[in-house]
Amino acid sequence: MIRRMLVLLLACLPAIATAGSKIIATGGVTTIEGNAGGGIVPWAVINGYASSDEWALTTFASRVGVNDFSLQSGGVALSLDNKWELSYARQRFALESIGGSLSQDIFSVKYHLAGELLYTSIPQVSVGVQHKRNLDFDLPGAVGAASDNGTDVYLAASKVLFHQIAGRNLLLNGTLRASKANQTGLLGFGSAENNSYQLLFEGSAAVLLNYNLALGVEFKQKPDNLAFAAEQHWRDVFVAWFINKNVSLTGAYVDLGNIAGQGSQTGYYLALEATW
Amino acid sequence: MVKHSGLIIACLLMLLGCSSATQPALYQRLGAEQGIEAIVDGLLYEIEHDERIVHHFADSDIGRFRAMLAEQLCDLSGGPCQYSGSTMQESHTGFNITLADYDALVEGLIKVMQRQQISIADQNALLALLAPMYKDISYR
Repeated sequence: MIRRMLVLLLACLPAIATAGSKIIATGGVTTIEGNAGGGIVPWAVINGYASSDEWALTTFASRVGVNDFSLQSGGVALSLDNKWELSYARQRFALESIGGSLSQDIFSVKYHLAGELLYTSIPQVSVGVQHKRNLDFDLPGAVGAASDNGTDVYLAASKVLFHQIAGRNLLLNGTLRASKANQTGLLGFGSAENNSYQLLFEGSAAVLLNYNLALGVEFKQKPDNLAFAAEQHWRDVFVAWFINKNVSLTGAYVDLGNIAGQGSQTGYYLALEATW
Repeated sequence: MVKHSGLIIACLLMLLGCSSATQPALYQRLGAEQGIEAIVDGLLYEIEHDERIVHHFADSDIGRFRAMLAEQLCDLSGGPCQYSGSTMQESHTGFNITLADYDALVEGLIKVMQRQQISIADQNALLALLAPMYKDISYR
């Protein structure tokens, strides 16, 4: 599916001409869950470059490769008025050394509540909802997950501070998420012992080296609901290259900790995004 | 201990004094009077060729706009000028400048600064002074 999407995306590239009025890079990139943000943390920014009274369409494909697993994600988002972001993403998590795979669908809505990333003294603040549905529940059920679907709610605040580090602009983002998801939902939601929402912190910081290049770090706190294996927090270091307002390319080194009893999972993340 | 911290503070103050003394004012870094005039003229060119926002300037006295903007940029960036025009709120009331309009103008300014090969750090220093005007300019 991801390959088909990439082909479609590349086929569309020559036809892409228009983009919205927002300043380049201010739409962020797209997370593995399909929301505008970094690679793993949803930000308060709205995907693409649609400013007031404009709309934008964004599509992305990404791949994470760590020691024993890989995660392919792809999706689309519609942004309206720099206020609303509606998105769909499909994830396929391959258990390379154990065998098999787990997939899920993610339907999200984000609403920009207040502030403007570049222009106001308060940060841009958005609220988001992600509804996730497992397509394979045999394994998550067998390891103790309580449900094959779940809904996360998050509040994100993002701010660009001008002229901060060697005269470069700095983007700071903090996100609070209420979630029951085990390994972001790939291993289902909750467990018999632990089936209530937990409040989790996620953060990103990035230096904008110039208008097209951002260098940053991310952290994502995770719950630990399943007794069969410990779940750990995620972190990454990324470089995002905003080639123009239509295409961006992101690369990262990721540390996902232990996953499903398999030790220290580190590796790469690559993402391609197109928007018009 | 008290004596020592006094000494440390004195040293820090000296360092701070040095660092600000070695860096000329943004006004100088932008090329003083000539540099700022070039930014203003470049921005006027961008506005004239931007169909998203050019209509807002249909009834403007461009000569006065040019002079006032140059004076304001000179004043803001630490140059030897005193901005004598009306407040941003006064001069934009009735125009209903939207977020998209503001984005378009900032994008135009960035294009001009890039073309004039102003360093990223100095571009960001100027943007830091102008971006917060959004609240006084937009939706009035």
